[in-house]
Amino acid sequence: MGGSDQPQIAWTKYPVVKPLLIRAPPITLRRVDTNLAETPNSLPDLLPRPFQKWFAEKGWVPRAHQMELLARATAGENMLLIAPTGAGKTLAGFLPSLTDLTRRGKVPPGSAFVGVHTLYISPLKALAVDIERNLMKPVSEMGLPVSIENRTGDTPQSKRQRQRLSPPDILLTTPEQLALLLANGEADRFFRDLRYVVLDELHSLVTSKRGHLLSLGLARLRRHAPALRSIGLSATVSDPQDLQRWLVPQGDSPAPPAGLVHVTGGAAPDISIMTTEERIPWSGHVATYAIPAVYEEIKKHKTTLIFVNTRFQAELLFQELWTINEDSLPIALHHGSLDVSQRRKVEAAMSANRLRAVVATSTLDMGLDWGDVDLVVHVGAPKGASRLAQRIGRSNHRMDEPSKAILVPANRFEVMECQAALDANYLGAQDTPPVGEGALDVLAQHVLGMACAEPFDALALYEEVRSASPYAGLSWEMFERIVDFVATGGYALRTYERYARIRRTKDGRWRVSNPQVAQQYRMNLGTIVEDTELNVRLVKRNQLGSLGRGGLSLGKVEEYFLEQLVQGDTFLFSGKVLRFEGIRENECLVTNAFSMDPKIPAYAGGRFPLSTYLADQVRAMLADPSRWHVLPDQVRDWLALQTEKSMLPRRDELLIETFPRGNRFFLVAYCFEGRLAHQTLGMLLTRRLERAGARPLGFVANDYALAIWSLNDMGEMIDSGRLSLADLFDEDMLGDDLEAWLAESYMLKRSFRSCAVISGLIERRHPGKEKTGRQVTVSTDLIYDVLRSHEPDHILLEATRRDAASGLLDIGRLGAMLARIKGHVIHRPLDRVSPLAVPVMLEIGREPVAGEGDFVLEEAAEELIAEAMG
Amino acid sequence: MNHRLALAAADMMNPVSGAEILVNGVAALCDPLGALYLPADECLVVSDLHLEKGAAFARRGMMLPPYDTLATLNLLSAVIARYDPKIVISLGDNFHDRRGSQLMPEEFRAMIRTLASGREIIWINGNHDPDGVFDLPGRSADELVLSGLVFRHEPSLISGRGEVAGHLHPSATVSRRGRYVRRACFATDGQRLVMPAFGVLSGGLDLRHKAMHGLFDRSALTAHLLGRDRIYSVRFSGLIG
Repeated sequence: MGGSDQPQIAWTKYPVVKPLLIRAPPITLRRVDTNLAETPNSLPDLLPRPFQKWFAEKGWVPRAHQMELLARATAGENMLLIAPTGAGKTLAGFLPSLTDLTRRGKVPPGSAFVGVHTLYISPLKALAVDIERNLMKPVSEMGLPVSIENRTGDTPQSKRQRQRLSPPDILLTTPEQLALLLANGEADRFFRDLRYVVLDELHSLVTSKRGHLLSLGLARLRRHAPALRSIGLSATVSDPQDLQRWLVPQGDSPAPPAGLVHVTGGAAPDISIMTTEERIPWSGHVATYAIPAVYEEIKKHKTTLIFVNTRFQAELLFQELWTINEDSLPIALHHGSLDVSQRRKVEAAMSANRLRAVVATSTLDMGLDWGDVDLVVHVGAPKGASRLAQRIGRSNHRMDEPSKAILVPANRFEVMECQAALDANYLGAQDTPPVGEGALDVLAQHVLGMACAEPFDALALYEEVRSASPYAGLSWEMFERIVDFVATGGYALRTYERYARIRRTKDGRWRVSNPQVAQQYRMNLGTIVEDTELNVRLVKRNQLGSLGRGGLSLGKVEEYFLEQLVQGDTFLFSGKVLRFEGIRENECLVTNAFSMDPKIPAYAGGRFPLSTYLADQVRAMLADPSRWHVLPDQVRDWLALQTEKSMLPRRDELLIETFPRGNRFFLVAYCFEGRLAHQTLGMLLTRRLERAGARPLGFVANDYALAIWSLNDMGEMIDSGRLSLADLFDEDMLGDDLEAWLAESYMLKRSFRSCAVISGLIERRHPGKEKTGRQVTVSTDLIYDVLRSHEPDHILLEATRRDAASGLLDIGRLGAMLARIKGHVIHRPLDRVSPLAVPVMLEIGREPVAGEGDFVLEEAAEELIAEAMG
Repeated sequence: MNHRLALAAADMMNPVSGAEILVNGVAALCDPLGALYLPADECLVVSDLHLEKGAAFARRGMMLPPYDTLATLNLLSAVIARYDPKIVISLGDNFHDRRGSQLMPEEFRAMIRTLASGREIIWINGNHDPDGVFDLPGRSADELVLSGLVFRHEPSLISGRGEVAGHLHPSATVSRRGRYVRRACFATDGQRLVMPAFGVLSGGLDLRHKAMHGLFDRSALTAHLLGRDRIYSVRFSGLIG
């Protein structure tokens, strides 16, 4: 046998029924051992008899990638399986351990303790539970001697206790639970027999702090069980080698990268951009213009999944759809802030095919099976090509038909962005973020956890930590500072020695000072720090006008949003317009409002920045009129008009336009680096313009451009040489200006809060005192201020700056842009606003403008004076 | 950076403009650093210093920065230097916990001795530190009556006439054109006054919180918010909750 076409015969020879856990379109087979794939009868070496029998009874054939993974993992390789969502990855991941356990047989009662054989780690609790259900079915049908259990935050204490004494063969759990198990004194006994770790949805885990925690846990597991093999399961990523390294020990003598099995999708997806007769708006994110057209598509399809980027968009779109839902189609809403029971209801209705459409945010990006979705609609630009590919993978699990998706741009720039994403999807381009450097706050948490498990030797733990790929570059000096931080807070002023949480014993090892420390660690473990959220409860007023008790729980809203509301304000949440009534204990009470014009929840999260790859594609498209023919007429005309009135920048250029408007002067920079980076740039540029005497008043940013306005004529200042654009955009702004601005930045305080909690400086919960978020006894903002003024080099401030550089402030990206545009900044002075500037100019007034707080106070005080004088 | 900390670090002799008020007919000046000055008695009042708060947390395993005591005392030195008062009243919760004043490092004691020299210090007992202070200059008391005003830590619920209290850490939020600023404040309706917290690690409680209910005549209530170098006075009706 030979030739890569042969296995296709095997597919046709046996009736292909939708097999267990395999729900993908046809798979293109690569690097296939045809002997394995041809016929079940030639599988004996790899597949024990019960498996062969089972496959034969079902009339199924194991897939080529499943067999390849089995063969190589059994031979002792660490493995990475990359396959489209739902391509039977999970079964593939478990085959090596199921077959191994089958050969081992049942452990006879009365035998010595046997530790857990296989760990499965998933980012979602629900997924761990789902997998248990799906895995138990074939295991019991085959009668395999394998025990499977899950362990999540919801697992009762008694069951956890029992699991420690008598572990299952396969334990399904989350990164947090793994950390808890590892911080236990019996960890070595529990894990020493471990053969496999299966890491699901690895692509989504590795880029976050949870992934950092998990990588450290994996390093520790390898110490307990040196023979351990890791199996990563991932959707398509831009750089598989990152993940292949992540799965194996790094450090001074790194192991060979994990082996790769790469399954590519079958039929090319059918993606189009929605065209309507309606006018495409200049700006905005909601795409209201397209809602009737979206509704028509829902009517034409069986089940439509509608993705949006933010919860706000989800709320608004859902409401708009119901406004025109004359046929009363079952259309549901799903996002992360909704009450869990409501989400579960939607999910159940969805898998039972009782819904015609669901409006969803990223909560549905991952995970579970979604019934018969035959259309994915993406409203707003996808912001990243890989995200688009993963979301489209949600649609259509039937064989032989391409996935169908429609993109709905919300404004004219998004038309170009959608087109670029569409080109990328055909090209197979990937722009998932790289695996970053390991976060220091996570390391601090881990170090304390390791001390809770057993006393540690600093040098040995350092080597172990560096074997985790995100921490491979960690310096010894930094590690020592972390240990010092864990012990006494790491302050230059050493007054806390007597309160130390971990201490060095005579043999030089570090151990926890007392059992309370371990208890505190267990209560506060984890890397997900949410803004304090309050439950929203729908209550009724009685005849006397007072608020009743009880009522439906609708979900959670961030506290900071509620702080801005006064009684009587209305907002959109859970698909309803609600009237804010007040806060009682830890709940936000609301009543039904009958207003159609709500104040809208301004959620902090959920807005993805435009990916670097797509940004570059949009710049390329702008610069190349020969590519415009695919764009709608309106957008083409708009670009042509821009060429006439001003100009379009080349791909590597930064275009700056200046023009007067009203009694202000405007400067618009077309950077295409995403809103976060633009906001940071706006903060820094206004400082510089202030010094240059331009008297800037404010700025506003969107994903594509930044607009600054001032009292003095910046265009004239540039022309006369009083203001140099090269100096204005010099990279040195990332030095002192950045430092000075950071001191004031609200965003940095948010980063600090998260670092303070994860690193264990601040507790979320204290033994004996179950604190709710609202009763936090000390504000991290105040701690931040004190620390900045007295020890600006403190390790937690360092950790905060690192986080901000890659996260909220996108400084890394800004730095790359400043380097790229050096010597390529062009200035175009204009008499009036240009067509290209309109979208960003329309953002003015839509979002709050940053500035000094005392301004607001002054105005309020003046009102008081006026009142007194009047 | 927090403007009070910035001020403590900068030149303290910058001119500031406080708010002149009457409490039960007694003239007083609200200073933007969060202290109250009574010119007739040359008396300076501060409240809720919460000294050694960082250390109190460290004892429970949370290693907060050990700099809060120093920062608060620097602010106190600054405001004492500004008025050179004969009497200083610290209105309770002088320390964050009972053991605070006993375990405070010697360097901070020395700072307090320097501040106290040549003036009378009165430590009003608070709920965090009901046992008084240990080995520090000055006297401890539960209450003090001085020129028609009564000074105590917790506001009394029965009659507030002429009362100056702390405990609640009042703060207020002002909004204009979609922007919000929240600051610590003095709260008074002309009858009684509740002081802002002076300690740098002390948070605030909104003036609309239910703990404030019943204390003030809201129609006469004004919040004097602490600004960078002046006090901003806003009527209760002009605040948001």
